[in-house]
Amino acid sequence: MSTSTQKSWLLQGIRDGLPFVLIVVPFAMLFGVVATEAGLNLAETMAMTILVIAGAAQFTALALLEDNAPTLIVIITALAVNLRMALYSASMAVHLGKAPIWQKALVAYFLVDQSYNAAALKYDAEPDASVRQKIVYFFGVMIPIAPLWYLFTWIGAVAGNTIPEAFALDFALPITFIAMVAPSLRSLPHIIAATLSVVVSLALAWMPYSIGLLAAAGIAMFAGAYTEIALEKRRAKA
Amino acid sequence: MIDKTSLWLVIVFLGLGTFLIRFSFLGFMNGRSFSPFVMRLLKFVPVAVMPGLVAPLVVWPDATNGDIDPARIGAAIAALLIGAYSRNTLWAVIGGMAALYILMFAL
Repeated sequence: MSTSTQKSWLLQGIRDGLPFVLIVVPFAMLFGVVATEAGLNLAETMAMTILVIAGAAQFTALALLEDNAPTLIVIITALAVNLRMALYSASMAVHLGKAPIWQKALVAYFLVDQSYNAAALKYDAEPDASVRQKIVYFFGVMIPIAPLWYLFTWIGAVAGNTIPEAFALDFALPITFIAMVAPSLRSLPHIIAATLSVVVSLALAWMPYSIGLLAAAGIAMFAGAYTEIALEKRRAKA
Repeated sequence: MIDKTSLWLVIVFLGLGTFLIRFSFLGFMNGRSFSPFVMRLLKFVPVAVMPGLVAPLVVWPDATNGDIDPARIGAAIAALLIGAYSRNTLWAVIGGMAALYILMFAL
């Protein structure tokens, strides 16, 4: 692909970003609706969606704020949900480490599940691409995604005010969380982690400051990791 | 009602913290990485945090003043099963909300 121009890398990025629109649009709208339901005004909803630009963490923060959890606990828990992005950052650093710092800062801001997945696949498939081409591709992926994320959060927030209470939208938030986790529950370590998280969290729900949730998350995380290690050892023996 | 000071603190620090996580290896720690065990732990964070967060909301919903509601529990199970089988988050949301409306109407 040494003959391909910068423009074609941009177009490839845009093309690879397009399918994600189907995921991003409904989730952006849902966040707008749920945030409005939780009592956020338009400016607050948009500030959160633009500054954070990470759906799962935004939903987490909303749920804990509604539950009147202490501010520090809200921030720590929502950041924990985003820790997986440190892995994305490590993976991108291998390919984009030599880019100028301002470009890397922009990549970091736009490093979401979708752009990471598309870029990681592309960079593996075309290891000879220049840093410049890889950067151009990365931003190409975000061209259809980022503007629609902002726009549909706004549309959801405006529409959220007009939806009657009978639609039980209070429950859209829990349903969304379950829907985000459910597809990963196909391996034993993930099932064990999720089950422990639920059981410990419910058992410790009486504890103040959402300490029960932090304990549940810690226990579940280690249980998942150790189960995975045990399974790998058993497989290696077989 | 969400406290506005708390909300803005969360917006600013969550935004800043999320950026720093994303910038970490790209910006500061060129070439270095976590140990394999920490990488493994990080992989399990979402599945360790989210179910525990959601469980009390399902079992003791605010909308019913904390009383157990069969319609909401049924909807949660529907979303879980659809999501696990279809591996599609969007269908799980749609199916879960549809189940909620059907159960609220039927029960």
